[in-house]
Amino acid sequence: MDAFLASLVSIGFHGLAYGMILYVISVGLSVTMGLMGFVNLAHGVFAMAGGYLMYSLMTRLGLPWLPALALACLLVAAGSMALERLLYARLYAAGELPQVLFTIGLIFVAVAVARIAYGPLPLAAPLPDFLSGQVELGSRSFPTYRVGVIVAAGIIIAALWFGLERTRWGAMVRAAVDNRAMAQSVGIDTGRLFTTTFALGSGLAALGGALGADLIAMTPTYPFEQLVYFLIVVAIGGLGTLRGPFLGALLIGIGDTACKYWVPQFGAFFIYAATMALLLWRPQGLLGRAQ
Amino acid sequence: MAAASAIGYASSARLRPIELLPWALALAVFFFAPTYQPLAAYVLIIILFALSLDLIVGYGGIVTLGHSAYFGLGAYVAGVFAVRVTGDPLIGLAVAAAGAGLFGLVTGAVILRTHGLALLMLTLAITSIVLEVANKWTTVTGGADGLHSVPIQPILGYFRFDMFGRTAFVYCLIVVALCWWLVRTIVYSPFGVSLAGTRENDVRMAAVGAPVYRRRLLAYTISCTLAGIAGALLTQTTQFVGLSVLGFELSGELLVMLVLGGVRRIYGAFVGPVVFLVAKDYLAKQFPEYWYLGIGILLIVIVMFARGGILGILDGVLDRLRRGRR
Repeated sequence: MDAFLASLVSIGFHGLAYGMILYVISVGLSVTMGLMGFVNLAHGVFAMAGGYLMYSLMTRLGLPWLPALALACLLVAAGSMALERLLYARLYAAGELPQVLFTIGLIFVAVAVARIAYGPLPLAAPLPDFLSGQVELGSRSFPTYRVGVIVAAGIIIAALWFGLERTRWGAMVRAAVDNRAMAQSVGIDTGRLFTTTFALGSGLAALGGALGADLIAMTPTYPFEQLVYFLIVVAIGGLGTLRGPFLGALLIGIGDTACKYWVPQFGAFFIYAATMALLLWRPQGLLGRAQ
Repeated sequence: MAAASAIGYASSARLRPIELLPWALALAVFFFAPTYQPLAAYVLIIILFALSLDLIVGYGGIVTLGHSAYFGLGAYVAGVFAVRVTGDPLIGLAVAAAGAGLFGLVTGAVILRTHGLALLMLTLAITSIVLEVANKWTTVTGGADGLHSVPIQPILGYFRFDMFGRTAFVYCLIVVALCWWLVRTIVYSPFGVSLAGTRENDVRMAAVGAPVYRRRLLAYTISCTLAGIAGALLTQTTQFVGLSVLGFELSGELLVMLVLGGVRRIYGAFVGPVVFLVAKDYLAKQFPEYWYLGIGILLIVIVMFARGGILGILDGVLDRLRRGRR
């Protein structure tokens, strides 16, 4: 019984850390999907770029951990903004198929570039001293890195929710998600709003990718392998919301950890099966509004 | 007329001479370039796979990332059936087609209730599930090693699969030609036009009384059956099946091939795989890393500048020539 309880605590803890990272990476996808209806399969590319950039900044340029993280995140956000203006923006009016094809093309390019630049083996930026070792909580000890991940992700999420619920910019985003034509006609520049939101979402993905490089291994095929998880989080949570993907990410994080712990021989089978059942029951996601 | 064919309404179902060109080329390979038969057989199989995708993506407007699930299922069913029950290729082909079709019917009934992102994600989840099962159920599928030297008996007890790939090539050619005729018939039939209608405007189609969901499900099931046949052909002609017949990357590559040739034209599914696979045969071995970079850039360029693919560009050139003559 004690062993079972211990395994529950362990699954809850590791699942929470994984779910938090999944949320930080995927939330941008939910907002861009809700705002423009753009099917951005290449979202994982930004997360991967964040992880690899941080590795380069630390090992090649010798930056300390925190500035490297911040700089990687900013660089990816700026890069995504350029990409959005140059390429994405041309496809907003196009159908689903061109969007899907274009973003798959981006994934192919990113995977190839990452393999050429960094080789096929997983890489992760070295952890600073304050994130290595263990933390004692009650009678159990937890790896400091994961505790740090949970705390950092919690702070990011709180800031994001505050920004969207309490600021003028957040109100504009919510208005545009609700009804883009109406928002436009009351004078909101939805094109510019989308560019900034896209950059924010990509920056968050980069942050999540860099922060979680020890949880989700950073390899060149990252955007392919993790794509289905990011999509599941957004699809079961509900598009265009902040709370939906949070719920989705926690469910997937804890569910996936539990499956790997108890039934490793089945791999991710139950996650996919549960996702299918859930979407059959609620096609718009748990917290999504019916269309 | 160009506009009408571009949205999938055929002006005439009569066979044009140019439509026989692929088959003439296939016969030319058989008679004049027999050393290319194994490659040509593989290309034919992928053509059938792309053709099945064109039916739902091009004509049905159902964008899927999981079509490799049905190809892979057909391949594995053919392999396991040959190992455990009988190595007769025609029975194996029928069983694989039925298996993939049935799986397509069941999964299609689920995923076609959703649309947009949820649909994409479900198709991705389905191919991930099949890959997971094939990988973990090692007693049946051989896991990561796959099934080697799958025993395949002579076709009809007479045509033995030879080491030069002669029988395999002719077998693929006949099966693919039959499937091509089926797809062509479907596309030009009232059902095909109604399917195109559900793509163009599903609300209006429902309003005029067409059973949109049932039409789509039927098209999806047929497409999955054809993909399963293609997978089974691959297992039977190579006598091997492994995890590479599954997964998102294969679905992605297949989409690239179809788009490269041209979506919603039937023959885009012929041109795309030929160009792609012949280029891959030459380039991928020499520059494996730059190959994927090239595909990615190519895909972005096609989406930005040439949505019609190679056949779309050809159409444009021919149109201009005709206008210039007038």
